[in-house]
Amino acid sequence: MRAQGNLRARAGVLILVLVTVAAVLAPVITTGDATGQHDVVATRFLAPGAIDRFGVFHLLGTDRFGRDVWTRLAYGARISLSVGLSAALLSAAIGLGVGTVAGVWRGRVAAALLGATDFALALPRVVVLLLLAALWRPSALLVVAVLALTGWMPVARLVYGEVRGLMTRPFVAGALALGAGRRRLLWRHILPNALTPVLVSTALGVGNAITLEAGLSFLGLGVQPPAASWGSMIASGRDTLVNAPWVAAAPGAALVLVVVACTLVGDALRDAAPGARAG
Amino acid sequence: MLRALVRRALGGLTIVVGVVTLTFALLRLSPGDPVERLLGPTATPAQLAAQRHAFGLDRPLAAQYGGWIIRAGRGDWGTSIATGEPVRRMIARAWPATVELVGLSILLSYLGGIALGALQASVGGSRLDTALSVGSVTLYALPGYWLGLMLVMLFTYRLRLLPAFGAAGLDADFLASGARFVDRLRHLALPLLTLTLIGIGGTARYARGAMLDVAAQPFVAVARAKGIAGRRVTLHHLLRNALVPLVTLLGLSLPALFSGAVFVEAIFAWPGVGRVLVEAVQARDYPVVMAATTASAVLVVLGNLLAELLVTVVDPRLRQ
Repeated sequence: MRAQGNLRARAGVLILVLVTVAAVLAPVITTGDATGQHDVVATRFLAPGAIDRFGVFHLLGTDRFGRDVWTRLAYGARISLSVGLSAALLSAAIGLGVGTVAGVWRGRVAAALLGATDFALALPRVVVLLLLAALWRPSALLVVAVLALTGWMPVARLVYGEVRGLMTRPFVAGALALGAGRRRLLWRHILPNALTPVLVSTALGVGNAITLEAGLSFLGLGVQPPAASWGSMIASGRDTLVNAPWVAAAPGAALVLVVVACTLVGDALRDAAPGARAG
Repeated sequence: MLRALVRRALGGLTIVVGVVTLTFALLRLSPGDPVERLLGPTATPAQLAAQRHAFGLDRPLAAQYGGWIIRAGRGDWGTSIATGEPVRRMIARAWPATVELVGLSILLSYLGGIALGALQASVGGSRLDTALSVGSVTLYALPGYWLGLMLVMLFTYRLRLLPAFGAAGLDADFLASGARFVDRLRHLALPLLTLTLIGIGGTARYARGAMLDVAAQPFVAVARAKGIAGRRVTLHHLLRNALVPLVTLLGLSLPALFSGAVFVEAIFAWPGVGRVLVEAVQARDYPVVMAATTASAVLVVLGNLLAELLVTVVDPRLRQ
């Protein structure tokens, strides 16, 4: 069982490493130009594996403007990965802060923070995302902020539960008896022990954030064209499903692959954590 | 029991009021307004001001907010700025379509997901379990808007089996009631399949975990030791107890389900609250955005209440 779990985790890590390398090395392993257009009529809608009139090989074909789909995929990975990762890290940081403060300082502060968490948790996330993204000028930075502001609640709940559990442990009483202040207690004893669930939910959160970023770009509310983003690539392939299905299929398949990899890694981290459920 | 229900209902009301306030604040804080969209770039400042006055957009924000709450409480949701249609009629037309789509997909996802999870738990740790786990993770990872497109490509363009847009064919009004029902089902098939496939992936993951948790309990060993047949243990001891966390999860995942439905409704032009919302947000149609977010918040809150009631049905101990 453990061996198969390890296998899945390794597959996940391998996929993430490959996609990251492809994103970083995008200028080297592609035509190097994600937005350039030459002769649109001669180069558009070439099937995967075709060589165009200028002798350029198109691994995944071209879109309606004759842009190489593989190139756009690799450059799109830069946006997807960086937006997904920064959104997940930012929401983990907010959740960690809220959860720890509520867990260590009980009373009114905790009640107010937990109330806010429950309220935010009950909001339909996409509705808030749509409002925020549609009403301000769309940009990658806005998308990160919006995703973080709507994604911190599960982390806060997890951390709160963990911190409350830790506060009852003898080593906390010991530290207090030795005269440790709240701040020292927090940094030296509580936070390091509460990090595991944060790690797991961040791994899962990256996948989630990538999907939502693509969703916003799909609706035209995320990263703006002509910059390549997987979501806007899927949207542009929507009208050409009949004659050029690869334009929409390729970025979607890449998206699924990355999200699956994040989930596999997250699951493996959870199973490896002390006190995890067997299986 | 009744007191708990009243407290939950009050909590739900707080959430709805919070959503309304947040939506109002976001709409007014953002740059641009519906009047600019309506009159276009050639409008003079005087024309803009006159139209704003006609919509009451020049009144103090507090007065606009209070006025909206009071009128909405009386059942007057205003008229759409983009289409001139009464908002109440638009929402009244849209919410049954969303409930139909989301409700059916939840039902089918749970049936399929629990069956899959139970199968996995019964062969836990085997190769089949691993394969099915990767399968359910993949289903769960599929973005609804992409899966929807791929299904359209397959069933509409390649196989020419199912329609891809809307809830009824152009000739639906002239069909006999039986044929109209079939037409509705054919239009429902692809959006429902999209949401259900993703839902099965998510439910199966939790169902497997919940079944394995229950399987580790002592009473299951006792049941087996008493000589109760394997299938009976699975159905009566494992599944019955695994339902409690699964139904609780249902309540928690409702906002996400509605969120997913927004994308799927937009893809398939399904005439639900999500599509109304997407169109209204893009047109900055203030009254419609307010009403559509309120409607979706109410649907989520009601669904949560329903899930909590269901939990007490599944586990009578929780009725205390």
